[in-house]
Amino acid sequence: MELFERDLEFKMDVLREVGNIGAGHAATALSRLLDKPIDMAVPTVSFVPFELIADRVGGSEEVVVAVFLRVDGDAPGNMFFLMSRDQARRLLEGLAGIEPAESDAYSELELSALCEIGNILAGSYLSSLADLTRLSLTPSVPSVAVDMAGAILSHGLLQFGTMGDDALLIDTTFLQGRQEAKGHFFFIPDPESFEKLFVSLGVPLE
Amino acid sequence: MTDATIVKVGMADLNVATGGAVLRTTGLGSCVGLTLHDPLRQAAGMVHIMLPSSDIALEGAINPAKYADTAVPELLERVLRLGADRRRLVAKLAGGAQMFTFAGASDSLRIGPRNAESVKRELQRLNIPLIAEDTGGHHGRTIELDSASGVLTIRSVQYGVKEI
Repeated sequence: MELFERDLEFKMDVLREVGNIGAGHAATALSRLLDKPIDMAVPTVSFVPFELIADRVGGSEEVVVAVFLRVDGDAPGNMFFLMSRDQARRLLEGLAGIEPAESDAYSELELSALCEIGNILAGSYLSSLADLTRLSLTPSVPSVAVDMAGAILSHGLLQFGTMGDDALLIDTTFLQGRQEAKGHFFFIPDPESFEKLFVSLGVPLE
Repeated sequence: MTDATIVKVGMADLNVATGGAVLRTTGLGSCVGLTLHDPLRQAAGMVHIMLPSSDIALEGAINPAKYADTAVPELLERVLRLGADRRRLVAKLAGGAQMFTFAGASDSLRIGPRNAESVKRELQRLNIPLIAEDTGGHHGRTIELDSASGVLTIRSVQYGVKEI
């Protein structure tokens, strides 16, 4: 992207900070919900080829639980909260006291609880980002899916699809205690949104 | 499909194979997978299409495999170059799902059905018969085409394995 031809490193740092602040608030929200400490890795910000995005969560065919929200407003984009089926199960147990059935199918109640968790996390991510940038950012109604990571994530790549074959991804990993299972927060702003984000954060574009 | 050579087709990518090799693409959501097959020559091609039309492309040099209107002619060209006979070619189509649904659905949520419609229009224009399809719904699919038999195997999390 042309916008990134100059000061690439600096701009990536700014976006990393965006991820840090947003996901930091989301992690705090999750930690309060569960009443357990939630750790967060330093966000990674990079242009990722479409083909490789699903590798972040175990590969294109890996079955994941995903909450998707479309971000509307001044800097639109796509947001995913992704976790493994084990992690989703733990989340349901810890939060809603729902003892999930052994089968792979999720009940209406479980899906709706997961959707609400995603909603709360995305809401805190976006509101902290909106405070920081003074941009208006509003999440759509969340939607949840349990399916192949490739099929799910491709939905968030359509806006970048018209520009090239890779997307700028802000990826933050959540870790719960020492458990292996973890969750990912993906924020994929639309290509047009970066200029607005940079301007609002005082990043010189010239 | 145990010991056959697997030829991978990535997202917005296309490839061809002959003589029993298997073409495979994973994680089709709103994207569609189109295959062309000449049963006699045992020549086949597969493309993983992402968007319905190159009219919306903002990139300089477009990737023809990405858009339905450019991908179908490109795939046809590639299988013909492999020695397929145009009169024997048959097409199969899978994918084009709507992965997320919610109230106030915008246009981008209908991208799956639009991808499938656009591919069918192109096939009709090029006079290639579509003999089987598994499109729509709300689930992801992984597909494999046996270049010898022309059987298309479709796997999904909810519905298991099926062949068309």
